[in-house]
Amino acid sequence: MVQAQGTEVSARTAEIVERLAGLEGPLLPILHEVQADFGYLPQESLTVIAHALNLSRAEVHGVASFYHDFRKAPAGRHVLKLCRAEACQSMGSDAVAERIKRLLGIDFHQTTLDGAVTLEPVYCLGLCACAPSAMLDGEVIGRLDAAKADEIVAEVRA
Amino acid sequence: MGLVHEIDYGTPESKAEKQVTLIVDGKSVTVPEGTSIMRASMEAGVEIPKLCATDMVDAFGSCRVCLVEIEGRNGMPASCTTPVAEGIVVKTQSDRLTAVRRGVMELYASDHAIGRGETAGTGASEFDKVARDVGLGDLRYGSDGRNHLAPGNGSLNIDYIAHDESNPYFTYDPSQCIVCSRCVRACEDVQGTFALTIEGRGFESRMVASMNESFIESECVSCGACVQACPTDALREKSVLELGMPERSTVTTCAYCGVGCSFKAEVKGDEVVRMVPYKGGDANHGHSCVKGRFAYGYATHKDRILKPMIRQKITDPWREVSWEEALEYTASEFHRIQYQYGRGAVGGITSSRCTNEETYLVQKLVRQGFGNNNVDTCARVCHSPTGYGLGQAFGTSAGTQDFDSIEDTDVVLLIGANPTDAHPVFGSRMKKRLREGARLIVLDPRRIDLVRTPHVEADFHLPLKPGTNVAVLTALAHVIVTEGLFDEAFIRERCDWAEFQDWASFVAMPENSPETVGAYAGVDPETIRGAARLYATGGNGAIYYGLGVTEHSQGSTSVMAIANLAMATGNIGRRGVGVNPLRGQNNVQGSCDMGSFPHELPGYRHISGDAVREIYESLWGVKLDNEPGLRIPNMLDAAVEGSFKGIYIQGEDILQSDPDTRHVSAGLAAMECVVVHDLFLNETARFAHVFLPGSTFLEKDGTFTNAERRINLVRKVLEPKARYADWEATQALARALGLDWNYTHPSQIMDEISQTTPSFAGVSFDFLERVGSVQWPCNEKTPMGTPIMHIDGFVRGKGKFIRTEYVATDEKTGPRFPLLLTTGRILSQYNVGAQTRRTGNNAWHEEDRLEIHPHDAEQRGIRNEDWVRVASRAGSTSLRALITDRVAPGVVYTTFHHPDTQANVITTDFSDWATNCPEYKVTAVQVAPSNGPSEWQEEYEDLSRRSRVIAKPLEAAE
Repeated sequence: MVQAQGTEVSARTAEIVERLAGLEGPLLPILHEVQADFGYLPQESLTVIAHALNLSRAEVHGVASFYHDFRKAPAGRHVLKLCRAEACQSMGSDAVAERIKRLLGIDFHQTTLDGAVTLEPVYCLGLCACAPSAMLDGEVIGRLDAAKADEIVAEVRA
Repeated sequence: MGLVHEIDYGTPESKAEKQVTLIVDGKSVTVPEGTSIMRASMEAGVEIPKLCATDMVDAFGSCRVCLVEIEGRNGMPASCTTPVAEGIVVKTQSDRLTAVRRGVMELYASDHAIGRGETAGTGASEFDKVARDVGLGDLRYGSDGRNHLAPGNGSLNIDYIAHDESNPYFTYDPSQCIVCSRCVRACEDVQGTFALTIEGRGFESRMVASMNESFIESECVSCGACVQACPTDALREKSVLELGMPERSTVTTCAYCGVGCSFKAEVKGDEVVRMVPYKGGDANHGHSCVKGRFAYGYATHKDRILKPMIRQKITDPWREVSWEEALEYTASEFHRIQYQYGRGAVGGITSSRCTNEETYLVQKLVRQGFGNNNVDTCARVCHSPTGYGLGQAFGTSAGTQDFDSIEDTDVVLLIGANPTDAHPVFGSRMKKRLREGARLIVLDPRRIDLVRTPHVEADFHLPLKPGTNVAVLTALAHVIVTEGLFDEAFIRERCDWAEFQDWASFVAMPENSPETVGAYAGVDPETIRGAARLYATGGNGAIYYGLGVTEHSQGSTSVMAIANLAMATGNIGRRGVGVNPLRGQNNVQGSCDMGSFPHELPGYRHISGDAVREIYESLWGVKLDNEPGLRIPNMLDAAVEGSFKGIYIQGEDILQSDPDTRHVSAGLAAMECVVVHDLFLNETARFAHVFLPGSTFLEKDGTFTNAERRINLVRKVLEPKARYADWEATQALARALGLDWNYTHPSQIMDEISQTTPSFAGVSFDFLERVGSVQWPCNEKTPMGTPIMHIDGFVRGKGKFIRTEYVATDEKTGPRFPLLLTTGRILSQYNVGAQTRRTGNNAWHEEDRLEIHPHDAEQRGIRNEDWVRVASRAGSTSLRALITDRVAPGVVYTTFHHPDTQANVITTDFSDWATNCPEYKVTAVQVAPSNGPSEWQEEYEDLSRRSRVIAKPLEAAE
């Protein structure tokens, strides 16, 4: 097989792999780091990782596709995760979710056309005491209601 | 005759010695500790329903239908993952278990409609059987789960995934998949390719190949292990979907490589539906590769010639005639030639593709009927140096181990062999052992897959320059001797100490040091030193080697150098060690054993021995010539000179497979009667006067002997399509020549072999039927055969150390031919491709390519896939380039599976000093861009077409 040509993506991936390959069970840390760097897992990176770790492409694909947090494509500028687990549901998360969907004009797993925000469901943030809860770009938000939803939407739209 | 049924015990056998007794459904059963309850029950005759378990792979515990109850324990543990314990009482049937199993199956069925799917299915899947066994009735959840609906079936379903029909032999229907992971585990544990995975999670999880690609584009090597493992119709042979389930099956032996896998040939009517690897086969233990498993379509290919044909001149069209006329014509021609040009003017070539019995008959025909020893075999061009070299060192011309021995190997030294392509089933077993932690050293000019492939990485790769094997092997010995890593006790006990000292003083000389040798062999001296230390001190060291060792001008010397290494380190005579030639063809070991060489009678006994000759003289009633006859190259030389005029070639295409095609064609053209006995009008048949249609391995009884000396039965599955099995055709020819042969079954031929050959004395068809297979020597001393040789001492007495002086080949690079060409094989094609090219395997390899390093390509302005001309001093040919760093700079590589490539137009007539084995592996060449096929190739194309014309029978005029 012809060696992959040294593109930007493979070069950056190779650098990450080289840095982390010494860890015990290096695949997940590498995938996290690649996603942190590119914002998603480029298909090309997976091939580079498989080759470097001497795994089959199938194995890397199997792991990468198992976790919802690993993306196949770049997300919007903001990522909003709404909790849909039991505690939040009992505290009215469904209504909040509907409101946010309507305001943004998208469903779960979608990104607004202007690329501003990606909406995702999440199943428990460990914040049940402050249900319903959400996470915006890594920051948790508790006690969601209609007003807070409007505020969040305004912020991500800005 | 029905289907051969094999029991699936659900989990692999435990190797523990301690025995445990338990009670299953009131039956007491004793099994080794570590056995699963599932397996123990099956041994007690109680079958527990299962979906995710099969005895080819480790237990997984995901399907939850194999639950059992154990007295005194809570819950319902899975029987596949729960090991047996002393005295436990297991219940496999109860109302509670039935309810749970039925509930689980109901959930499966809601997502996997039984018999209601878009494919009717084969009705033979394990899933259907389990559903019946648990009494699955009404489906409370319906049978239209969202994952598995076809579009147009009432709704448009975005989750629908189309069938993957890309593989030529099997189809993948994701809607039938129950995500049991059996295929994924089979691909990983058994085949070792890791091409399959489960994608996603939850309802989205599905089996996919590589990164959700079509099978043909994925890493899949189409070994068929996943299809065999699948408990549903998700992965299914296309032939089964087309023809339906088979009705009867016969256990037989694959006719491809030297691994000699056992298969069940499953048949419906007179058509083979599929070949399924047989778990009872001691060579393959239920595994297969793409060739044996799927590539049998050549047996019914339209190119097969089914009627004998003759022609006076090779420029005439062929004329179809009766067997009688063809044989009479051949006999009269051979008689005429012998009368006119002398007894030695005719000869025969036996085939490594035919059975032992057929090979024996051809050499008998030559010796008894022609009255000379002009018999040779295709082993001449592959492993004749193995026969010679190992014969000299150890006293037997064969590998020392069985394949199972790899399970105890700690260090594998792989030299000039590429098992994952050429011996795939053994390659898989080797990979398995390497994954378990065995170390690997590879000596090969090319970076073969095993150097680095998922979960396997060689500790040392010595990318030596083609032609420097002897030097590098001697350098390894240099390190072992000078660093005192040899096994003195072993050598003193088993070998001749004086010879060892002489050899040791030779290898210790500075010109054999890694530093000196490394410089011209292109290998880092430290790598040589590291490899030598690892082999000598890493535990059980086993050497596996292939044609990269033998097909050189110093092939025999290399084999002796290998034997020296094994003896010096004491790596011989027990499990896990040894010297193992990976023999190329299904019966190349057997054809050598059967006296196919001009100087040897069956069992490697020299023709000059009076006592040996006498055995055959009295049996055959003739006087045998005590001088060796002509080898293949000598026959061709003699033909060009005009003293050799007639030849009977059974199942070998010497024009394509032997070196220096121009010389071979000149020799054949100079003969007056060339008889080709083959399945197809092969390349050699261009020069033939008589064509006798051959039979495939499916159409005859007999035995093949594989690379581990294992004699396996070949059983007739179908009647010969051309009336005669090959042994019958040879017998008919012998009778036409006036010999009184009256064999009615190959077993009688084997009886004659065992009567006359001490190493086969205990072998008979009855015996093989009883024991399955046996490794020779098999006689009164070793009635059950000999898996491992030289256990208490070498066959020849003391092991012989032989000096291995490196003499560079005369085939040298220079300004005109600056690159070295070496040749090899690819997984999907077999040898000259006569069979595999006539199957779906072309999907993977439709043409031969020239592998060239990016530096060499750039210098010559060659881009990937460009046509290039490869020229040597013997000739030139054109093919397309494949730019890769698998080959080192200065080395180019190709395969020779396709006749229009004509790789052997370029190979030269240099050969091994001892055995004339041609130097295929080294040819100095130049490579240049070209516009397409060379003139020789076009001319050849044209000639082949004309030489294959078969005359249509004349219509009588009104």
